[in-house]
Amino acid sequence: MTETVKGAVKGAVKTAPSKIRGAALSADGVGIRFDSFQAVRNISLDIAAGEFLCLLGPSGCGKSTLLSAMAGFVTVDEGSLTVGGAPITGPDPELGMVFQSSEALFDWMTVRQNVAFGPRMRGASRAEQAKLADEYLGLVGLRHCADRFPGQLSGGMRQRVQIARVLANEPGVVLMDEPFGALDAQTRQVMQEETDRIWHASGCTVVFVTHDIDEAILLADRIAVMTAGPAASVKSVYPVDLPRPRDEDDPAAVALRRQLREDIGEEVRKALRDQGLDEESRNTEEDTR
Amino acid sequence: MTVATAAATGSTETRKHLAWASVRRLRTLGMYTLSVLVGLAVWQLLAMAYGSSLVASPSETLSAARQLASDGTLTNSIIASSRRILIGWGLGVLVGAPVGLLVGQVPVVRQLLEPYIEFFRFIPPVAFVTLAVVWLGIGESSKVVLIFYTAVFIVTVNTSAGVLAVSESKLRAARNLGANRRQILQGIVLPSTVPHIVTGARLAMGNSFLTIVSAEIVASQVGLGSLIWTSRNYGRIDWVFVGIITLGILGFVFDRVLRIVASRVLRRYGVKL
Repeated sequence: MTETVKGAVKGAVKTAPSKIRGAALSADGVGIRFDSFQAVRNISLDIAAGEFLCLLGPSGCGKSTLLSAMAGFVTVDEGSLTVGGAPITGPDPELGMVFQSSEALFDWMTVRQNVAFGPRMRGASRAEQAKLADEYLGLVGLRHCADRFPGQLSGGMRQRVQIARVLANEPGVVLMDEPFGALDAQTRQVMQEETDRIWHASGCTVVFVTHDIDEAILLADRIAVMTAGPAASVKSVYPVDLPRPRDEDDPAAVALRRQLREDIGEEVRKALRDQGLDEESRNTEEDTR
Repeated sequence: MTVATAAATGSTETRKHLAWASVRRLRTLGMYTLSVLVGLAVWQLLAMAYGSSLVASPSETLSAARQLASDGTLTNSIIASSRRILIGWGLGVLVGAPVGLLVGQVPVVRQLLEPYIEFFRFIPPVAFVTLAVVWLGIGESSKVVLIFYTAVFIVTVNTSAGVLAVSESKLRAARNLGANRRQILQGIVLPSTVPHIVTGARLAMGNSFLTIVSAEIVASQVGLGSLIWTSRNYGRIDWVFVGIITLGILGFVFDRVLRIVASRVLRRYGVKL
């Protein structure tokens, strides 16, 4: 069932003038249980340094659980998770996490203080904190908002602050948990283009969780489709061999979308059946993408 | 030209908005005044119905207040009671907030202290008046300790409840960005809990006013509570009224000052009062 496509990954080797060195992330037979509930099972993925991988799956399939384990918030019960060859034992600034909700920002700090938080925690000098904050706020285009508070910004801007805050730690891996799920469609589109640009400029490895097929096609070097939970695993991995910036009307993109939709639709049907919904509910499956 | 018109309409809009705001404020003030006047009228009617031996009328209370103010009794009472409240309450907040933080954040501290907090929380300060006097004498310390006892549990319980309400994603974000336990307590938990601490401090202030009267029952020469209790012995209902009304006004002023200061100084922590 689990299939890992390795090989030439387009874009894995960057020519961008990046300061951050992406780190390779590897899952080998990972299983996670909560008491008697098996969330994910037998997950193997090799993510190359600097690669952009999307984890795509129906809701409740355990993709966020897997991401939490990669961030070191959840311990792995079976198999192993490694970053740059070393096992992940707990939260680590090397594994930056962008949360779905901008509630993760610290409301009582200015935008600059939020971004400088990581460097401050590791004891960087004031000058270095300010330099890093300005640099990464500049990268996400928010230097003019440095002295504002998160509550004064729009949803899209707040997520950009989160991205800058994670990048200020210069992590090898950035983990993103449906970061644009709460944004309106227009803002989401802008944020997707921004993510593509920022990722190119930074050079880090990205694992991006989403249930949005179009988002995955727009951003990913590879898309890992997960099976429906519980005991979810990786169903198939699709390389996305399309030039960037991507055009969603490209025939290859359209074909890939159809293929992904079929692949995921099967899992959604399975999930709905497990939830007690019968075949009549089938036509709603298209809405879940 | 269009810009000029736009600016002009803009300023009329602003002016209209300001005018509305002041109208609303005036109306609120008017309603307050009306409410107080009706209250005074009802009070006057009650005084007329029951006689001055039971209910002192507003004018009798006012002249009693003048009398008490002229010989310095009223001012001294206010100062003495305020001092006890501020010291006891202040110490209560200073001890209650950090203890509450630790109770909320450190399971061992919680397990060790929770039985005592849950036990003493239900014993009113009045119950300790006799013991306080026996143990600490009739000086200031017995009263201050009773106020402190009143304040400290309220602040502790509110603060620890605030710690448990700190957003999980903020805590995760801080850990993810490399903060250790101490940095999380100081940098995330404390700032997130500030609104709860302020609420606890306000409730504690209210309860301190309840306690001060009972704390001053026994062997106290000066203070608003003591004024109320000694007036009873002289049969001066009008002095009792003065004491009660002064307590109410003093409490209102303290709470107002606390609200204004807290919402100014702590606004960035989400304190809105």
